[in-house]
Amino acid sequence: MTTAIAQPPAREELVPVAAPAAERKLPTKKELTADHPTWCPGCGDFSVLALYFKLIEKRRVLQEKVVSVSGIGCSSRFPYFVQAHGVHFIHGRALPFATGVSLTRPDLHVFVFSGDGDAFSIGGNHFTHTARKNVNLTLVVMDNEVYGLTKKQTSPTSPVGFKSKTDIWGAVDQPINPLKQAIAAGATFVARTTSTNPNHVLQMMEAAMDHEGFSFIECLSECVEFYPGAFDGANPRKGGAFNLVPAEHDVTDEVAAYRLAGEPFPGRFGIFYQVKRPTKNALEARINADYQAKTAGLESWQILARTFEKMK
Amino acid sequence: MAAPLKGNGRVKVRDVVIRIAGNSQDGIQAIGGFLARLAGRSEQDVMTYMTIPSTISGGPSIFQVRIGTGDILSAGDEADVLLAFYQHSYEGHIGSLKTHGIVLFDSDHVEPKPEWQADYRHVGVPISGLTVEAIGGTARDKGKNVYALGLLAKMFDLNVTKLKELIGERFGGKDASVLENALSAFEAGYSYSLGHLLETFEFAEGLKRGVKQVVMNGNDALAYGLIAAGVRFGAGYPITPWSDIMELLRRELPKYGGTFVQCEDEIASICMALGASYAGRVAVTGTSGPGLSLKTEALGWAVMAEVPLVVVDVQRGGPSTGLPTNVEQSDLNIACFGSHGDSPRVVLAPASVEDCFYVAIEAVNLARRYSVPVVILTDQAIATRIEAFDEPNLQKACQELPVDLTPAPEHKPYDLAEADGVARHRAPGTRVLNGIYPVITGLEHDEYGHPTGSPTLHTKMTAKRRRKLQSLAETLPDPEIYGAPEGKLLLIGWGSTMGPIREAVDHARAAGQPVSAVHLRHLHPLPPGLERIFSVFEHIRVVEMNDEGVYGYGQLGGVLRARFCNPKIRGINKTDGLAFKVRDIVERIREEVTDGMRHY
Repeated sequence: MTTAIAQPPAREELVPVAAPAAERKLPTKKELTADHPTWCPGCGDFSVLALYFKLIEKRRVLQEKVVSVSGIGCSSRFPYFVQAHGVHFIHGRALPFATGVSLTRPDLHVFVFSGDGDAFSIGGNHFTHTARKNVNLTLVVMDNEVYGLTKKQTSPTSPVGFKSKTDIWGAVDQPINPLKQAIAAGATFVARTTSTNPNHVLQMMEAAMDHEGFSFIECLSECVEFYPGAFDGANPRKGGAFNLVPAEHDVTDEVAAYRLAGEPFPGRFGIFYQVKRPTKNALEARINADYQAKTAGLESWQILARTFEKMK
Repeated sequence: MAAPLKGNGRVKVRDVVIRIAGNSQDGIQAIGGFLARLAGRSEQDVMTYMTIPSTISGGPSIFQVRIGTGDILSAGDEADVLLAFYQHSYEGHIGSLKTHGIVLFDSDHVEPKPEWQADYRHVGVPISGLTVEAIGGTARDKGKNVYALGLLAKMFDLNVTKLKELIGERFGGKDASVLENALSAFEAGYSYSLGHLLETFEFAEGLKRGVKQVVMNGNDALAYGLIAAGVRFGAGYPITPWSDIMELLRRELPKYGGTFVQCEDEIASICMALGASYAGRVAVTGTSGPGLSLKTEALGWAVMAEVPLVVVDVQRGGPSTGLPTNVEQSDLNIACFGSHGDSPRVVLAPASVEDCFYVAIEAVNLARRYSVPVVILTDQAIATRIEAFDEPNLQKACQELPVDLTPAPEHKPYDLAEADGVARHRAPGTRVLNGIYPVITGLEHDEYGHPTGSPTLHTKMTAKRRRKLQSLAETLPDPEIYGAPEGKLLLIGWGSTMGPIREAVDHARAAGQPVSAVHLRHLHPLPPGLERIFSVFEHIRVVEMNDEGVYGYGQLGGVLRARFCNPKIRGINKTDGLAFKVRDIVERIREEVTDGMRHY
């Protein structure tokens, strides 16, 4: 056997998944639908799921080429509802898992679905490091500012004063600002959307998918059971304001993005920050190309034999 | 050093144990390494033992090397020669020298003690001063390790040409003056006349092996074994003594088109490795004790989700941070059972440096064959000791593991129909023609990976995961008995203790004691055939470097007791953080056999 067949197919051959073979009939929304979601009626996550189907359809992604990875929480039930390869991993660790997938399989679209507890609390460390490494994948955090699956405990994004079962007098700890965290950690694509504006959600997902590197979308997604009305202020139908990132905002300006991310609720929606930086995938591929140039034409056992020659 | 065989100017010896003691920045490991590699090139057997201080900037350090003709099973209990660079090396290690052994010391730094003159043969050489003289004023005493190597070369009639080659390989890549200085120091040491102080030695002629030997430590052998096995992805976090493996894989994998990622923590590294394995490239993560504690949740996921994975644990002293640079075999329980829930996984333990290479390959193949995580339990002693072994047939040993994306008509990731419980893992990217795609999950699930709370399914799936190990166990060979097939006392060992146990058995049998040994490579599941072996020995002692426990037996002892309900099984344990000496075991055997078996 040669080394060549052992390697995953070269990136160039597999990335343009947008144009599948002509004879392939692409799956319909119905065919992409798996289990009926376990979410409560009215949950914001339904909208994210529906738009994910739409994204796959619209961008003509081959069904087997998309992988949905999640951790634990209401949001993280996501992969069961999608008829495609999926992984339901452990709490907080979907990002390193997805990194393993992304780095070994350039032919796949890797999406991670997470919640505020999963991504920013137990998984906080991984959020920072996946961002700084600029791993090629998309993270969608459905932020409802509360722990839903465990029934109403304070989350890392719960606002001060939010009354939960673990803060019966109202949350006392300063919440984190996911956008600021992402920018500070070195994420190369940072966007914010809300599940009540489907067109905008799709727009952000498309932009994230097209981004080369770590793309992060914070999607406000109301928990109708434990934090109803949390995002009414961002929903024009409920008397709130849906304000886009100003047209004149320079998405490559880190300081401006940070300032924009600091605006009080309801804040802005859209792409806050987007820059080009080599991805972890590309950097590792370059190291490999350099090294493999020196061993071109050799089979693995011959490369190893060369190394052992020096150990005699 | 055996008794002189004959005298023709040089005294013939079968094997010799040399302990080099100094500070870690003196290049002690380097000369030890030269000696080991020379032995490998000379078709001699070699085994080493070393200690490294856990501090960064050096401190007392030793390297012990045993070279000889014929099988060398352990690094030797007592040294024939002690090479001491400092007063503390001299005083601290004279106790490890045989009575009438030779202490070769740097007389520029060591003041010999009059009261030790009668028991040990003292040979003082102004090593530091002569090194400076040989190299020139600027070098201070850097190079005195190579000078001392010259002395040893003279003393043992070592092959100078080969040694110079080795020095050339080591220093050749650097500034030309570095190699020149090293060679000058070596020549000076070699030319120093020991003649009036000491007789010289030579090794008895060895058997020609016909196969070239490679010389490396256990961590290297394990890492290269993983590469040979086709592993092309790894993830880890720095921790002693695992870090060497990670550094090696990070450096070497790109040559093979693979990648090793240094992660933010232990948890991320097992998760990332699982991601790669799920994606179709069987991956490795590794660590030492504390890191394994952190990895256990994800390890449980791998069992539940049935994703292949190799986890290396280079054991050190525990619990908690414990003894980071010492050896212990106290991670067996966590390796076999560490996780919440019923989570059967495979545990293997290499018995020698050479075995590290082959166990790595077996681990990868078992992980793939059974879609299960496999833990390789090595330890600090095997990780750092250097051995020479026959070069593996690399063309035969190396395998490629391409990602298979052949479309499947249908795919149940957790198919209950298979009698052995094994369902093949299919990587994402595989088209499933009936349109029903798998979810790989840590929730209890149905055959497609969708969550279920069904009591029947949890029962069936739990049994399925267990059955895989049972069917694996059926394929394992019966363990081999070292020594007579039956007798009074059977020693059971695992991991790095094989050498000292076998040497102890040899001693005991030479003294007429009916002692044999079995060394287990497969710790979980256990191989078949043990029940029969146990029945033909009167007493069974499990020799392990861990505590004898609340009930009088160590961790493998506990597993064997639980498995065989056999009260004959007892432990020979120790927890001093040092490898077993042959003498420790011989002494215990003597107590057990001649003084009658102790009853607890």
